[in-house]
Amino acid sequence: MSDTVNHSIQVRELTRKFGDFTAVDHITFDVKQGEIFGFLGANGAGKTTAIRMLCGLLSPTSGQAEVCGYDLFDQTEEIKRNIGYMSQRFSLYEDLTVEENILFYGGIYGMKRRELRSQTDILLDRLGLGPIKRVLISELPLGWKQKLAFSTALIHDPAIVFLDEPTGGVDPLTRRQFWEMIYETAHHGTTVFVTTHYMDEAEYCDRVSIMVDGRIAALDTPRKLKEQFSANSMDEVFVKLARP
Amino acid sequence: MAEAMILAENLSKSYRKVKALTDINLEVKEGELFGLIGPDGAGKTSLIRILATLLLADKGRASLMGLDVVKDFRKVRQMIGYMPGRFSLYRDLTVEENIRLFATIFDTSLEDNYDLIRDIYVQIEPFRHRRAEALSGGMKQKLALCCALIHRPNILLLDEPTTGVDAVSRREFWEILAQMQKQGITILVSTPYMDEAGRCNRVALIHNSKILQIDSPANIEAGFGSPLYAVIGQDTYRLLQHLRQYPHSGTVYPFGDSIHYTDQRGEINTADLAEWLRRQGHANIEVLPIAPNIEDCFMALGSSQPDASSYV
Repeated sequence: MSDTVNHSIQVRELTRKFGDFTAVDHITFDVKQGEIFGFLGANGAGKTTAIRMLCGLLSPTSGQAEVCGYDLFDQTEEIKRNIGYMSQRFSLYEDLTVEENILFYGGIYGMKRRELRSQTDILLDRLGLGPIKRVLISELPLGWKQKLAFSTALIHDPAIVFLDEPTGGVDPLTRRQFWEMIYETAHHGTTVFVTTHYMDEAEYCDRVSIMVDGRIAALDTPRKLKEQFSANSMDEVFVKLARP
Repeated sequence: MAEAMILAENLSKSYRKVKALTDINLEVKEGELFGLIGPDGAGKTSLIRILATLLLADKGRASLMGLDVVKDFRKVRQMIGYMPGRFSLYRDLTVEENIRLFATIFDTSLEDNYDLIRDIYVQIEPFRHRRAEALSGGMKQKLALCCALIHRPNILLLDEPTTGVDAVSRREFWEILAQMQKQGITILVSTPYMDEAGRCNRVALIHNSKILQIDSPANIEAGFGSPLYAVIGQDTYRLLQHLRQYPHSGTVYPFGDSIHYTDQRGEINTADLAEWLRRQGHANIEVLPIAPNIEDCFMALGSSQPDASSYV
């Protein structure tokens, strides 16, 4: 890594309240360009609220943040154009075909027709889905859907991709293939911001933050977190933090 | 031999072109905590719904305590507690109202069965006047379990109770299941989390509508075909690529902070491999023989995806 570290995400004292309830409570962190950043926390810790803010979908109550160099308060449209997003629950349209989904997402991300055509062919080829490009998404196995959803989230070559539990319920082999796609993506300089409930996957991240009650309770490399909490695995670290 | 509490014989089920279950045979003994372990789409929910008398199989038969799930479905329903994968309680009723509603349906009361659910109920009691929809994921699961237990069922059928629940709540839920087992309840529970297999007496590994293996987690692990090694280094991504290029490499899978490796030659001199990796530019390499876990076994037993041609 070079001396001048580029940050994809810079967050300072970011806070979001819903009435009296503070869902995200003065969080501060940076994510480097090309980093795989694991964003962990128990149910209800504030992860989803934080991610929705970082994607420009929810306005913060207070604090400061920049995502790909754009301000989270008044440049949310620019942010949306420069990020990719995929979640476990909602990623692709079940009643569109493989190809239609790619074209649809590329269109939404504002890609030019010719560029989108060639990118679509490259993508279908790389995933080996060419022969089934006219098959409905609803007929595909989950593992394929998730790999396709990930590639679709990257079709416009975003600076950052947000992955919200991308591997939930996926079989062990596909889960590992998926993570190799993540490694490859980060290797090419795209920043990966990922949440997961599988603690072994937390080990694959360059750095991991763990949210507890709206705050970031720990943030470091998996190795250093394990040292800090005298734990053998990230699972132990998580349990020590989330159930003190 | 103890009586079979749950018996499935040659069960098959399809949804149009999609095979959900292919020739499933399994037997759960009295007092067992039995895990049905596999990824989404493996067929877990179809199997549990057939056993819960909510879905008809295309072929085969199933019985619970000797009662047929089709012919004797009314009796079967009295004996089972069923917790579906999707939260299915009444969202606009409070915690206590939900429990009392289910108790009334089964012609019993919260007070009559309080001893059975006490350990779980005390955890949600502080929220007893809260609407079910306002509970956290872990609390919802505990409430659903209370409702499934309120009529003192002989058998619990739990469909993915720990999916989408955080690591801490998952642990708590399995501790509760161990207590239920001590009360003599037979439990069939499904999960996509391979690491939860160790909590069960026996498990069925299920994938692509078929059962791969049924046994105790220890026996399944002992049956892993070849010596397994953990390779630990600094740069996992490059390490993966180099290990695959090693002339004798078998399987190479990332597992948390290490890589699980098998060699085509079986047992190897670990120092040789470490030295080869050092020559590829890796520092601080460790290669250690390790015991396989359920996830290693699951992948070895054939978790491969069908290729694109089978979907054309």
